[in-house]
Amino acid sequence: MEQAFLIDYFPIFVFIMIAIGISTMAIIASWIVGRQKPDDEKTSPYECGFEPFEDARGKFDVRFYLVAILFIIFDLEVAFLFPWAVSLGSIGLFGFWSMVVFLAVLTIGFIYEWKKGALEWE
Amino acid sequence: MIEALAFYMFATILIMSALMVITARNPVYAVLFLILAFFNAAGLFILLGAEFIAMILVIVYVGAVAVLFLFVVMMLNIGQSNVKTGLVKYMPVGALVGFTLLGELIWLYTSWDISKYAVHQRLAPILAEDSEISNTHALGEILYTNNVYLFQLSGLILLVAMIGAIVLTLRSRKGVRKQTISEQVSRERSDVIEVKHVGFGKGVQ
Repeated sequence: MEQAFLIDYFPIFVFIMIAIGISTMAIIASWIVGRQKPDDEKTSPYECGFEPFEDARGKFDVRFYLVAILFIIFDLEVAFLFPWAVSLGSIGLFGFWSMVVFLAVLTIGFIYEWKKGALEWE
Repeated sequence: MIEALAFYMFATILIMSALMVITARNPVYAVLFLILAFFNAAGLFILLGAEFIAMILVIVYVGAVAVLFLFVVMMLNIGQSNVKTGLVKYMPVGALVGFTLLGELIWLYTSWDISKYAVHQRLAPILAEDSEISNTHALGEILYTNNVYLFQLSGLILLVAMIGAIVLTLRSRKGVRKQTISEQVSRERSDVIEVKHVGFGKGVQ
């Protein structure tokens, strides 16, 4: 299963190797060069001099979740746009208008969420 | 040679990180290992030649679904301590579901009669080696014309998901002071200012 297109991924492989190399180097270098004097106080959370009031992992508001879901839906919409844009030259007018209908359906949802105020932060 | 090496590297990291997802004590770490698993699955897809699915896996799953999982973990406020408390309670049900799925998979792989042509068709959207058309292009050729109903159906499903999410989670709070620009602009002088003629020694009522 030798596939020629894998050669195209060689630059990405080089980037990943460089990223791994630099990040491990940074960690190892700081570990070697820096003086290591571990202390309980150094690793404890610092909150402007006083003891932390509460755990950092507080509950999130559910409205963040709504924003994330709406983001995912438009993310998927964009994912459908990629192959369409690539093959637009060969699918003709029918392919073009089928995407326009698809976008129109999602625009209805977008208008709904805009009018409902789902994008506003009270 | 390099392909086999890459395959074993991706597969090993994938299985290891999947194991860490279910064994990590801190749920946030579990989600981060899930992201690592997604990345390695994308690598496996690239090795298979399914480049488009690999990129979508990175964009949608790593970019959006993993963020959603992080929100869920943070919203539920699961501490590090109380993750394992229900282990004994949920073990029988979990084991039942897991072993049922495993049995089905074993049954499928042992009894399925694979046609000898199917091996060549296995990577259906992927074209022949010498073809110049890319994976994404091949998908676009059939998705918007031949499979237009399925495509529109997916659009409707996304619409339902959007409206459902808004209906379920959006609640407007009372008593929040908001800026309404049209109201501010359309305010007249007579709405807010009133000239009172105060008589001598009487005061304003």
